[in-house]
Amino acid sequence: MIKKEAFILTLPVMMGYLVLGVAFGLLLQNEGYHWLWASGISLFVFAGSMQFVLVALLAQQAPLITVAVTTLLVNSRHLFYGLSFIERFKKMGKRGLYMVFALTDETYALLCARGAQADESLIFSIALLNQSYWVAGSTLGALVGSYLTFNLEGIEFAMTALFATIVVEQWLTKKSRLPALIGLFSAIVALLWLGSDKFLLPALVFSVAALLFMKRWEER
Amino acid sequence: MNLLHSLAIVIVAAVSTFLTRATPFILFGRTGKKVNSTILYLGRVLPAAVMATLLIYALKGVSFKALSSWVFDFGALLVTILVHLKWRNTLLSITLGTLLYMVLVQGPFW
Repeated sequence: MIKKEAFILTLPVMMGYLVLGVAFGLLLQNEGYHWLWASGISLFVFAGSMQFVLVALLAQQAPLITVAVTTLLVNSRHLFYGLSFIERFKKMGKRGLYMVFALTDETYALLCARGAQADESLIFSIALLNQSYWVAGSTLGALVGSYLTFNLEGIEFAMTALFATIVVEQWLTKKSRLPALIGLFSAIVALLWLGSDKFLLPALVFSVAALLFMKRWEER
Repeated sequence: MNLLHSLAIVIVAAVSTFLTRATPFILFGRTGKKVNSTILYLGRVLPAAVMATLLIYALKGVSFKALSSWVFDFGALLVTILVHLKWRNTLLSITLGTLLYMVLVQGPFW
């Protein structure tokens, strides 16, 4: 049963995923792939930015080792996402396994925003809805993307706005201001230092190191 | 394009993606094993740090070379944050911020 609350919570992700999904479907179709490929990839890979890289890898028929290493690097930030939900997903059985599979940036963000209050069926609904938007967008893009006439330029800002509201919420309601500042600082330093293509993982690694240092210092 | 190789590429990408997401569970999720306190601590404090980082990641494409580009992004971001501080309604903040951004980038007024 999909909860209505989950639908409302995932609306911003729906806007972002539909538009980005359409873009992905369009790109893949341009490479000569049947629309079923777009649906299948969004169904079984389900990784936003990675799927755009995947279009390039498919286009150049990259060697499998390149595909594996690239995927692991582009998705390496996901190594950290599960840490917050180990106990949670373990209790969910088969649904928990799906939650592990479906833990994208946006699903992770929504789950974090709900904190500890969210019940199992709500977080499962969130993940399932998010993926359904993504699959729908991809399929639509591959099927009819080239006929779209209305101008959706800029609608992808919905995801930036979603992240912004979550940061504000966390800032207001939780005692997590120092971690937020550490994350912000790491990201800005890494971005200025390494450039926009490769700053994400180093920024996350630096945040983890700084947070661990903080814990040790507090315990002294 | 070789369909078989394409299929292999997709499968490798799917398996690798799942592996990155499953690693914390494989390493620390064994049934009956107590999750150690450092991991629990990270699980508690990381979301705030990661969300702040992701916000920067979402803004990473902003170019400071073109004045209009960063004014649009930061203007819409500021409106989103202010609306959210005032009403604490996620959907409202996102809708207003995004509409403003769309109007700015599509530029019907200039």
